[in-house]
Amino acid sequence: MSEIPGDLKFLKSHEWARAEGNGRVTVGISDHAQSLLGDLVYVELPEVGASVEAGNAVAVVESVKAASDVYSPVSGRVAEVNTTLADKPETINEDAYGEGWLFVIEGVDEDQLAELLSPDDYAELIEGEED
Amino acid sequence: MTRKTVLNESHRALGAKMVDFGGWDMPIHYGSQIDEHHLVRQAAGMFDVSHMTVVDLHGARVRPFLRRLLANSVDKLKATGKALYSCMLDEQGGVIDDLIAYYLGEDYFRLVVNAATREKDLAWISQQAEAFGVEVRERAELAIIAVQGPQARDKVIGLLAEADRERAGALARFAAIEVASASGIPLFLARTGYTGEDGFEVVLPEGQAVAFWNALLEAGVRPAGLGARDTLRLEAGMNLYGQDMDESTTPWESGLGWTVALDEGRDFIGRAALEAQKAAGVPRQLVGLVMDERGVLRHGQKVLAAGGEGEILSGTFSPTLGKAIALARIPAGEPGQVRVDIRGREVPVRVVKFPFVREGKAQPGVLA
Repeated sequence: MSEIPGDLKFLKSHEWARAEGNGRVTVGISDHAQSLLGDLVYVELPEVGASVEAGNAVAVVESVKAASDVYSPVSGRVAEVNTTLADKPETINEDAYGEGWLFVIEGVDEDQLAELLSPDDYAELIEGEED
Repeated sequence: MTRKTVLNESHRALGAKMVDFGGWDMPIHYGSQIDEHHLVRQAAGMFDVSHMTVVDLHGARVRPFLRRLLANSVDKLKATGKALYSCMLDEQGGVIDDLIAYYLGEDYFRLVVNAATREKDLAWISQQAEAFGVEVRERAELAIIAVQGPQARDKVIGLLAEADRERAGALARFAAIEVASASGIPLFLARTGYTGEDGFEVVLPEGQAVAFWNALLEAGVRPAGLGARDTLRLEAGMNLYGQDMDESTTPWESGLGWTVALDEGRDFIGRAALEAQKAAGVPRQLVGLVMDERGVLRHGQKVLAAGGEGEILSGTFSPTLGKAIALARIPAGEPGQVRVDIRGREVPVRVVKFPFVREGKAQPGVLA
């Protein structure tokens, strides 16, 4: 299990969020999530410009094994999506917290981030899931 | 209760991710399902399939019994060791299970049936066997290791006793022989598989399975999990019981018509129902689908065809093709422009002949 970067916040459903400043938040799925899913083969990303609400399913990641919804940790507008994932979805397996990011939301009220799990709380959560 | 094969600890030591598979604790992968898939297509991989059930049938009337029990005809089996793939049907023509039957003597046949259907199969076989005085003996003490891939046979043959190597090398496809490993382990060596690659399925005593598995590891054969086994078999266009067919479908509706032998005067269980369905017109068909757009076809997705709605039975991302493939059941007749409903979006797919992949290569028409 790779180390969880300290500047991330998490949803119980294994999405991470990173505040980039100016109301921009980058979103991805956790390293734990990619390891549960196994080899990723397809990613369906939201439309740039679309409004998203915290807690809504806005993207889909698919491994050979299963399709899994990705919930937005925050509300706002989709500013960017990681188009390189279309050809290389395995980037998420290789670097879930870095190059494997999914999308950026802008116009985010950053107070929302305070409601998310800290890296320690998330680490505790996934430890509880493992046997 | 979860059952474990004798290789359970070996899988864990190799870093396998374990899952429940029909009540068995089995390895789904040892790191990467896709890497394991490619390994089998390009070199060799091995699978623990000891959860499958070996059933030995003994008795003077075992051949007449199997002529009655199976939809395919054991009369095709004339040489000792020869194998036959067949469905076992109920009176309605529904598929109870699919299996392989090995002809080992006029009073001795071996069946290998699925793990998830074990109890139902044993009950049915025993019930039907009574009238023929055939003894039904489950061989729970046997393990099975499938070694598959272009290098698989050489790897296994290298581990055999010197005296058995030539015979093993000359073994025909879909046939089995008894041999011994170099260290003296008795092996039932069958040139069969579930991957679309050449290779062996090796049946051996449970107590010696770990030693043989380790010998294969030392010979450079890497383990592969049930995840890769599923993508390999689907690329090879092979049905999975419980997903592609079951008691609610006949072989005609399951792409298994080729396994039904309507040979003169053989009254097998389900024959009357199959003939009646054929005469009336088979309402549904199994087709192969390839999706050229990105995405993954999955079990349960709705399929829209010219004749009406159908559904995906087995669907996956094909690592060899880099596209999604599926087996789907749709209404009979010309399929027309087929689409699949993926999360509310109708995505066009092509109907193709399967196998999709055979011996490492995409089959004609599959890649458009």
